Amino acid sequence: MTPPSYNSIIRDGLWNNNPALVQILGLCPLLAVTATVVNGFALGVATAVVLVCSNVTVSLIRGFVKPEVRIPVFVMVIASFVTAIELAMNAYFHALYNILGIFIPLIVTNCNIIARAEAFASKNTVSRSMVDGLATGIGFTLVLMALGAMREVIGRGTLLTQANLMFGESAKWMTVTVFDHYNGYLLAILPPGAFLGLGFLIALKNVIDDRLKRRVLAQQAADARPAGAV
Amino acid sequence: MIVQSMVRNAILLGIFAVLGTGMVALTHENTKSRIAENQRQALLANLHELVPPNTYNNDIIGDHITVTDQDMLGTADPVPVYRARKNGSPVAAVLTPVAPDGYNGDIKLMVAISYDGTILGVRVLAHNETPGLGDAIDISKTPWVTGFNGRSLNNPKPDKWHVKRDGGVFDQFTGATITPRAVVKAVHKCLQYYMSNRDTLFSKGEHEGKSTA
Repeated sequence: MTPPSYNSIIRDGLWNNNPALVQILGLCPLLAVTATVVNGFALGVATAVVLVCSNVTVSLIRGFVKPEVRIPVFVMVIASFVTAIELAMNAYFHALYNILGIFIPLIVTNCNIIARAEAFASKNTVSRSMVDGLATGIGFTLVLMALGAMREVIGRGTLLTQANLMFGESAKWMTVTVFDHYNGYLLAILPPGAFLGLGFLIALKNVIDDRLKRRVLAQQAADARPAGAV
Repeated sequence: MIVQSMVRNAILLGIFAVLGTGMVALTHENTKSRIAENQRQALLANLHELVPPNTYNNDIIGDHITVTDQDMLGTADPVPVYRARKNGSPVAAVLTPVAPDGYNGDIKLMVAISYDGTILGVRVLAHNETPGLGDAIDISKTPWVTGFNGRSLNNPKPDKWHVKRDGGVFDQFTGATITPRAVVKAVHKCLQYYMSNRDTLFSKGEHEGKSTA
């Protein structure tokens, strides 16, 4: 089997095989923390860092870890990285850490991470695994942010509230009030809003994919016709 | 052969356990003082919202005791009482009672009371009330809790220490009476507790619990 090209790794992680939209993995944090863009971004970045670290480590040790013990080893690697990142967030982003609460340690249980370790990093080189972790992590973060943006605009009428928790006091200007004197739409903030929002995002991706496929088919048909006519 | 590979795997797992634990221990070592300082700063920021820093000059976090009174403070757990003093004389006390009868579980409060028994302010530290309805007790949503500022046991009269629906003076929220009712009751009880124990609260264990701030 030829190793996948970097291009296809990146395209898979971001779009074709997006962890949240196609594999539908890691839904628990995805649905729980996306009430605002900043929360989604913070959890996405934390997840992406864990993904890159665990993919690189798993790829490094793939030569001498026997298949029988690989799962416990992967779990230990992932759990260690998550705990370290949890401590670091508590130290450097304390307010954000308090908001995300239990969902940071729960990154351990995000099936995305062990799925990438098992399905990709344990079979590929270190650099490919790193790119895969990064692409998957960014793909996951983008969905978290998109869902967060939808729910925040509809639910609160703002964008990027509490950006200062992530980027420091100087980032307060980033908060955008989309609708003034907006009373909020409760459904979007509560869990059902997360399910509905994710459903719409998946539907949107399928519509875009469908359009692209039809365009390619039409192109092929157009290319084929003159040849057949001759 | 089987035994050999079992031993090999066990050693391998052991090595990873040691490496993983080592990494976590190292991170913990490097972040723990910062985390403790963060928690201290967060607590201090909460306290300073209620007790202005220029009104006292002691170490308010270090100068705390814990008290237990399930009936008046709403929890069987020990409740910290932070004491503000100026040049040794008592200025205010900050208690953290619990309203156990919220719509959706405990509501953790922080109540600052000046030495003479007037409420300096109330804040909700943690709650699980319905977003959009009961969460109006949170200062980031509505200024409702500032309605307690300046109140004392005789302002309003004891029979008016209720939400308006129950014949009192405190507002309730449309669609949510249980939440503000629970908070009013907890604040009132906390105030009663403070007034009947004030002198012991300020004199008890001057140096107790310094290390556990």
